[in-house]
Amino acid sequence: MSGIARRLYRGEVNVDFVGRKKLWYSLSAVLLVISIAGLVFNGLNLGVEFKGGSVFSFKAPSASIEDVRGTFLDADAHQVIVQTTQNGWRVTTESLPPDTVTAVQKTVAQTYGLPQDQVNLQVIGGSWGGQVANQAIIGLIVFMLAIILYLTLAFEWKMALAAVVALLHDLVITAGVYAWSGFEVTPATLLGFLTILGYSLYDAVVVFDMIKEVTAKLGTTSKMTYTEAANNALNHTLIRSLNTTLVAILPVAAILFIGTTLFGAGTLKDLSLALFVGMIVGTYSSLCVATPLLVTLKEREPRYQRIAHRLAATGGGTASAGKKAVRQPVAAGASNGTANSNGAAGAVPRGEKPKKK
Amino acid sequence: MLLVLLAIILAMGGVMLLNKAYAPQYGLDLAGGTTVTLQPITPNGSAPTEESLDLAVNIIRDRVNGSGISDAEVAKSGDNIVISVPGVGQEEVVKLVGTTAELRFRQVMAIAPGSPQPPGELPTQAPTSAPSPSGTGQKSSQAPKPTGSAAPDSAATAEPGPSGSPAGRALSSALTNPSPGATPAGNNGNAGNNGNADNKPAGNADNKPAGNTADNQPAKAADPSAQPGGSTAPTANPSGGADPSAPPAAPEDPMANVDTTGIDPAVLKQFEALDCSKNKGEGAQDAPEKQYVACSDDGSAKYVLDKAAVTGSAIDTATAGVDQSTGEWLVQLSFKGQGPQQWSTVTTTAFNSQPPRNQVAMVLDGVVISAPTIQEPITGGRAQISGSFTDATANELANQLKFGALPLKFEIGSNEEVSSTLGADQLRGGLIAGAIGLFLVLIYSMLYYRGLGIVSVLSLVVATILTYQTVVLLGAFAGFRLSLPHIIGLIVSIGITADSFIVYFERIRDEMKEGRRSLRTAVEVAWTRARRTILIADAVMFIAAVVLFFLAVGGVAGFAFAMGLTTLIDLVVVFMFTKPFVALLAKRKFFAKGHKLSGLDSERMSESVVNPKTVPQEA
Repeated sequence: MSGIARRLYRGEVNVDFVGRKKLWYSLSAVLLVISIAGLVFNGLNLGVEFKGGSVFSFKAPSASIEDVRGTFLDADAHQVIVQTTQNGWRVTTESLPPDTVTAVQKTVAQTYGLPQDQVNLQVIGGSWGGQVANQAIIGLIVFMLAIILYLTLAFEWKMALAAVVALLHDLVITAGVYAWSGFEVTPATLLGFLTILGYSLYDAVVVFDMIKEVTAKLGTTSKMTYTEAANNALNHTLIRSLNTTLVAILPVAAILFIGTTLFGAGTLKDLSLALFVGMIVGTYSSLCVATPLLVTLKEREPRYQRIAHRLAATGGGTASAGKKAVRQPVAAGASNGTANSNGAAGAVPRGEKPKKK
Repeated sequence: MLLVLLAIILAMGGVMLLNKAYAPQYGLDLAGGTTVTLQPITPNGSAPTEESLDLAVNIIRDRVNGSGISDAEVAKSGDNIVISVPGVGQEEVVKLVGTTAELRFRQVMAIAPGSPQPPGELPTQAPTSAPSPSGTGQKSSQAPKPTGSAAPDSAATAEPGPSGSPAGRALSSALTNPSPGATPAGNNGNAGNNGNADNKPAGNADNKPAGNTADNQPAKAADPSAQPGGSTAPTANPSGGADPSAPPAAPEDPMANVDTTGIDPAVLKQFEALDCSKNKGEGAQDAPEKQYVACSDDGSAKYVLDKAAVTGSAIDTATAGVDQSTGEWLVQLSFKGQGPQQWSTVTTTAFNSQPPRNQVAMVLDGVVISAPTIQEPITGGRAQISGSFTDATANELANQLKFGALPLKFEIGSNEEVSSTLGADQLRGGLIAGAIGLFLVLIYSMLYYRGLGIVSVLSLVVATILTYQTVVLLGAFAGFRLSLPHIIGLIVSIGITADSFIVYFERIRDEMKEGRRSLRTAVEVAWTRARRTILIADAVMFIAAVVLFFLAVGGVAGFAFAMGLTTLIDLVVVFMFTKPFVALLAKRKFFAKGHKLSGLDSERMSESVVNPKTVPQEA
């Protein structure tokens, strides 16, 4: 164990997240543009639950689910859901144009030795049509407002704003992945989105809680700017963020992997992809979008501006700031996190050593 | 704490044992269900409008997902509506949700027996096309000849009442303000017509011996429902079931005793022609702005009803409950929008009217489901209906009122049991994948947290047990049905649960890195800090769950429910298991001394002691 792995293991990390906000912002901007372009040009591949579809029913006692699914896929039908009924099969596909319907009926009839007119067709509308989707959107909006209110009370409005912006960022990018990949959007996918929503906020809240704790100590005489303090806090929770994400993502990755490789298409894959992408983006955004955004907002406050000016004037202030900060219990783990002075940062922990034990 | 938790787990396990509920209920995608096609019936056989179909779909969806935690699918299919309900043998559910139509409240203008009686012929049983509400009255016994005895008795009927008869409930009910004290007649009134009798003794008094037409009117007024049974009297009548006290069912023209003032002649004609024994007019679309003729739902009486005073859409909610003082089932309802005002107007008018116009009928599906007497003007937008309800009939009426109004009438076309939409292969794959994922998590936390990994593993195990138990119990008692999205949600919640103790562990390590604290104090200090973070973060999840649960419908609500549940379980586990368990471990030498494998060894706790070169340089 050495290098990065070792440092991660011991919780010694120092990444200047906040200082590189331009990099993150442009990365996010590019991702957002790509995602929105995907949504606009490609659109989402909505499943039968939204758009409605064609339902075929027929009898084929000897067939297995896999056989039937295979037959329909061969006949060029997509989004195939196979169900057995008391007396045969019920297969739901996406809305098919008339000639494909005929082709499917023909193929099925041939495969299972039925007269073609015994492959019945029924066209159904979306079970997740207007009202359900609308309700979900209303729910989402109310939820956002509730969260803004809650975070404003628990923290402050700037944190609430940053968290919600990061949340929207996550949702758009995840949706973009769906648009470009052409993965089917089913109710399960939507629920996946909702999970991300909670997850992304959860992550941001944990990070903000630490930032709040660290920056609360900043006074007029402090030796750290808000930026530096926030960055400290970020690094401080970095291990937690990474560990949490990893722990949450392992099962999802397993489901995604198995869903994709073994079953080709299906609910499993649709849902787990949303979660997989959403979790990664969610962790990224709480570190690289929410926090820098918050810092940008906070640095405009006069009291933090004053600190920044004063420290800028004293030049090497940051290095000594690191030393001071080290004595503060919370900042300890992130003592290396002073923003832009590498050499100095390296020296800091060693300075601290004698105090231990 | 640990013991309390153990007690909780055992208690839940005990409940599971007692109820023989060991496995969760599965949703449509996992267990399959019943798929039913409903075909709309329009009065003239034409195709229903898209609009009314959409509306019907929404109402049906609300009904089947009434509890909010199951997820039925409702879709249009051409002009039909296809409903898929999880679980086999659910035809009843589908039938229930598909068979009611628009609800309207109309003041009663006139009442007559449900079937016409040829003049002169003794209506041995003509009027009673439906079961008599009276327990005692045998049809044959209800001779048309009134006797003197009938009159006094009918006044006394209050106690015995026809309450035993479910058929009676729709008709024999009283409407009052919900406040318990405000219902003088309410208590007896529940016994339907009798309540009426109480209230309007005068009217009843008219019930007198007179078998003759003129007097019939008030008698009828006393209670339409009584009609079939030859009216109230026989029920209580000690003078014997044979008592021919059924004066209302007069042999003469039923119209003769009807006060026709204010009734549209055309409507009156319809009224005369209506024979409820042949056609109760179910599924008819009544125009709200017109007077309307309808049968009671058992066909025993027919009504002329005034213009709709309040429509179902003005009902805010309706619930069935038990009257605290009498133990009677009753239905309470409240109005919204224009409802309270309209309701107040109609009840005031009715209250000040002569019987039978002191009744307000609820018309559903073209049929009068209940026509309670107004006991007092009801202002304030709340009302309660008492009558001889059973818990089933009260709930049924409450549901009919609450979900009101299907714009169309349906009949069940096809009805099939279907397998899961998912396929057993997918489910198996999902579970295997979940298990593999969990295993990876366990390995990772053992590697990263070493000794503390035991805590995380056990915490996850405890969380899993609690979740499983809760899901099973909710399935057994609240109809919660687990579907694939729930399962995935639960798997994802591993992350949330894990996060709680990761936050905690990291805090402990922070404290230890300070180097100023012993492990035992570090565990405590870290906890107070971690606790705040965990609470705030979990609150976010919980807000999300609550908002989505109340605002979203169907599957989303069910999902939100699962999400809120796991958040709560997470809190329980962290507070009652992880923290106390860590505190317990901290007392052990293995951890307190910072053994290499404890996850709290000195190498990790102090910074850079061993290898200064690893001091981060990468900023």
